[in-house]
Amino acid sequence: MALLEVEGVDVAYGRIRALSRISLRVEQGEIVTLIGANGAGKTTTLRAISGLIRPLRGAIRFDGSDLLRLTPDQVVRRGIGHSPEGRRVFARMTVRENLELGAFTRDRASEVASDLKGVLTIFPRLGERLVQKAGTLSGGEQQMLAIGRALMSRPRLLMLDEPSLGLSPLLVQTIFEVIKRISASGTTVLLVEQNAHQALAIAQRGYVLEVGKIVHEDSAANLLASDAVRAAYLGGAA
Amino acid sequence: MEIFFQQVVNGLSLGGIYALIALGYTMVYGIIELINFAHGDVYTLGTFFSLAILSAIGVSGEVHGPALIGIVALAVLSAMLLCGVTGVLIERLAYRRLRNAPRLAPLITAIGMSFILENVMQLWRGPSPVPFPQVIPNPSASFGGVVVSAKQVLVVGLAVVMMAALQVFIYNTKLGKAMRATAQDRDAAQLMGININTTIALTFLIGSALAGAAGFVSGVYYGTTWFFNGFEAGLKAFTAAVLGGIGNVAGAMLGGFLIGLVEAVATQYIPGGAQWSNVVVFSVLVLVLIFRPSGLLGESLPEKV
Ligand SMILES: Nc1ncnc2c1ncn2[C@@H]1O[C@H](COP(=O)(O)OP(=O)(O)O)[C@@H](O)[C@H]1O
Ligand SMILES: [Mg+2]
Repeated sequence: MALLEVEGVDVAYGRIRALSRISLRVEQGEIVTLIGANGAGKTTTLRAISGLIRPLRGAIRFDGSDLLRLTPDQVVRRGIGHSPEGRRVFARMTVRENLELGAFTRDRASEVASDLKGVLTIFPRLGERLVQKAGTLSGGEQQMLAIGRALMSRPRLLMLDEPSLGLSPLLVQTIFEVIKRISASGTTVLLVEQNAHQALAIAQRGYVLEVGKIVHEDSAANLLASDAVRAAYLGGAA
Repeated sequence: MEIFFQQVVNGLSLGGIYALIALGYTMVYGIIELINFAHGDVYTLGTFFSLAILSAIGVSGEVHGPALIGIVALAVLSAMLLCGVTGVLIERLAYRRLRNAPRLAPLITAIGMSFILENVMQLWRGPSPVPFPQVIPNPSASFGGVVVSAKQVLVVGLAVVMMAALQVFIYNTKLGKAMRATAQDRDAAQLMGININTTIALTFLIGSALAGAAGFVSGVYYGTTWFFNGFEAGLKAFTAAVLGGIGNVAGAMLGGFLIGLVEAVATQYIPGGAQWSNVVVFSVLVLVLIFRPSGLLGESLPEKV
């Protein structure tokens, strides 16, 4: 049984259909990437998994239990961390407060403190800015904060929505290194990216989304090699 | 000069009441962007609730000694509790299902809620002013001709204590931080594992409880109330919240005291006094908003809750 199973999910915003019959699965320990052009439905897929938007039909199961009946906060408690598109850090709160909010669902202060240390080891820059308001951070630092904040809930599955968006090439490199590191430490990752090359380079498997439908699904290596995917998403014909 | 300082003392007392009410407007606006028109009526309910408690325990006049503290505490806490519950019920029954509706829908619902509360209070206590027992004895101290009454000490003291407690709660507790997070970004707050229904209910609980405290204090201060009392007080407190920067907790406190001061001083110095005080209060608001559209402490993006 996969850790996350999405089956035949339809989502609409009012009369606009955003997802049609989306099915995907993420196995324990994998990095799975969901790639596709702007507006394909990647963010909507993650929002549906987190319970921020209700599918019209279909099923979403995590570790065998039905997520569709849960509120977003309950989904977090089940073990899904979500670093949303656009970072969405709490701009008028400090970096430390943001990270503490990431641990909102947890009770043991000592564990939270040691996880905070862990996050600051991954992102030393955040450690230097703990008392700064998150709104004053650079885009890259905000992205680190958004990922660090999601890690503070100790998720079994970490969902990242375009973590490389708007970052300098060097920072993009750093972020992808960090994702590998998070994965190596045992956290399963569902990575949404437009940066298909890099995402497929670190993922085991990938799904390609086109206007609300999954059009390709394969191992990352095969997707990287596929002519159709190369033409559409990897910047150039084979 | 004594007259001026006397009006400052009076203004601070009025301001304490406005500030307590303004907090509820600003907190609710901060978290769901709703101007809760029913809030002024919850304040009036606070006066009637504490009146009912006092009647129930047979208090109809001055109380002395340690019993006074007990009775004030009982009246304040029960008004806070009952108003808090009322606020939570209003949110649950009327506003929650409209949370994602177009803005106008909850606004009109809030106006309707205000009418309902006013009518219920009119049925309960009639259309005329109702006397409120003068539980606080009236010794007063004179400082160079400026008289400070025990009632005024109570009003200002209670307001300051409640505001300090609120600040501590909002900035230093986990739930307070959850409230601020929800006010800043509701979806992101949910992704932290915060239950926003609980958080919004808590906001209504606290805001309405503060209005309940203000209701008791105003009963003691004015010695009377009536079912429609919350209309004008609510309007002024809302003005205070906007003046301070709607959504900003410190702004509501500042705005409340400023409005109280302006009103007291205007009543004293403008010929025709009391009738003009409202005009002055709203003129101050208009002037401030011309120069600082987001209010005194509001940023271009207001620091919500
Ligand atoms: N809040 C919304 N209201 C209406 N339509 C939306 C909303 N969010 C997304 N959509 C539409 O749903 C589709 C999928 O969007 P999204 O999931 O954001 O795509 P992606 O993340 O792949 O760029 C797009 O057509 C988009 O315009
Ligand atoms: Mg997106």
